[in-house]
Amino acid sequence: MSIKKRVENIKEDLEFFDEELAKYEYIIDLGKKLPPFDEANQIPENLVHGCTSQVWLIHEKKGDKLFFYGTSDAIIVKGLVYIILDIFSDSTIDELKEIDMDIIKELNLSEVITPNRQSGVIGMIKKIKEYALKS
Amino acid sequence: MYKKDFPFFANSKTVYLDNGATTQKPQSVINATIDYYTKYCSNTHRSGFGDAAIATTEFEKSREVLQKFINANKKEEIVFTSGVTQSINFIASSFGKRFKNIIISSLEHHANIVPWQMQNRTLGNGLLVVNCSDNLDFDFTHFEKLLKENPNSFVSIAHVTNAFGKIHDIKRIVSLAHSYSCPIMIDGAQSLSGFKIDVQDIDCDFFAISGHKTFGPTGVGAIYIKEKFHDMVDPYITGGAAINLVDLEQGTTFLNSPYKFEAGTQNIAGVIAFKESLKYIENIGYKTIQKRKDELMQYLDSELKKLPDIIFYNDLKDCSGTRSFNFKDIMHDDISILLDKMGIAIRVGHHCAQPIMNKLKIKGTIRVSLAFYNDFSDIDKLISSLKRAISMLKD
Repeated sequence: MSIKKRVENIKEDLEFFDEELAKYEYIIDLGKKLPPFDEANQIPENLVHGCTSQVWLIHEKKGDKLFFYGTSDAIIVKGLVYIILDIFSDSTIDELKEIDMDIIKELNLSEVITPNRQSGVIGMIKKIKEYALKS
Repeated sequence: MYKKDFPFFANSKTVYLDNGATTQKPQSVINATIDYYTKYCSNTHRSGFGDAAIATTEFEKSREVLQKFINANKKEEIVFTSGVTQSINFIASSFGKRFKNIIISSLEHHANIVPWQMQNRTLGNGLLVVNCSDNLDFDFTHFEKLLKENPNSFVSIAHVTNAFGKIHDIKRIVSLAHSYSCPIMIDGAQSLSGFKIDVQDIDCDFFAISGHKTFGPTGVGAIYIKEKFHDMVDPYITGGAAINLVDLEQGTTFLNSPYKFEAGTQNIAGVIAFKESLKYIENIGYKTIQKRKDELMQYLDSELKKLPDIIFYNDLKDCSGTRSFNFKDIMHDDISILLDKMGIAIRVGHHCAQPIMNKLKIKGTIRVSLAFYNDFSDIDKLISSLKRAISMLKD
């Protein structure tokens, strides 16, 4: 599935909720579903810059694809990490290198998170692209 | 009861509990700002025409009002700045640099740490830090030990701490500092809105004031400088309005305090409107303000204590308007996001006081800071929102 298609799917999921707090409950549940992240990887070089809460992000190369794993110390941000990983993990390096999307706008996240937290999401995508460019 | 005086509450549905960061402004302060810009907008202390004279008169009236408000001996002891941060930077740069050692406390916020570090002072290298107890009490024994070992140092201590609202016994601190020949500055950022300040009674040498935390405009504050230090404090910035004579060969001579410390064009509207906030406080009266805040704090504390797994870092005793806490296994940031969506304004994080957070081995706290205009229903809404947020976040 293309990154674009995955973004559309997440957007549909988020738009399903009329009540704002229900949207948060959904994001919190996603955060709780995030697979465990090895504490040994919670090191400064894996930190994402720009996050109000701490976010760690690592990658693994399998063939021509990259897989991402991450976590945060805040549960709502963990939900956002889940969304980002769901969109970008298991994508080809070539596709990831081409990422040039305003994910905040695409997912209407500006309604969900304040500007200082938005920079954390932008930071995650930046790191994903950096990993792709180095692969 | 008092919210009617503050237009913010008529226009916003926010339950505002972030008064430690800034306070709302009464209509009289807003009116004074509008009056300046719409009726007599001119520069002060320079031009001779009528409107400029009104601006200068109103500006200087603010100095007199503030002088009387904090019981300074002379109006020349009041210097306007942009706020506490500039006041501390000013004194650090223009006076504090004369001293080999600076004594601060471990509870200070960054505004009373970083200006000293900019002089390359770090722990053990010119910066001496008074310990606090596990309950965040100021350690007088350690303070006296530092003073004894380092007489003639400069001391700079917060009256009320930013992150935890802890009230320091500043009269005792000032008296001890003076007994070891140490001049002392008090950071009054969090105290002037809550209780009467009498700089002569406290006997401090410098007292930093923030306008916007005292129901006044943003971008305005002051530093009280005891007269005996006026000649020892250098101008922080120089230029127009601070100057007596400028000669390209002979150099420059400065005016006396306060003008030598107020170069450039000040936040004129802000200074003029600031006095209205002080008059407003006087009209309400500190007794009423304190009584109201104490009642609200008692209620807040008792309601918070009913919540599961709450963690406090200090007792309610000696707290002024601020309660800082966490919940076991919940990140303060998550609480902040959810409370925001429920219309509750609080602050989370390190509150510009990272050293004390490091000492407590936490990344930050949830800080609820009250003003006298808050009411019991604000606290009820906070508590019900906290309950909902906790139930959403817990497994």
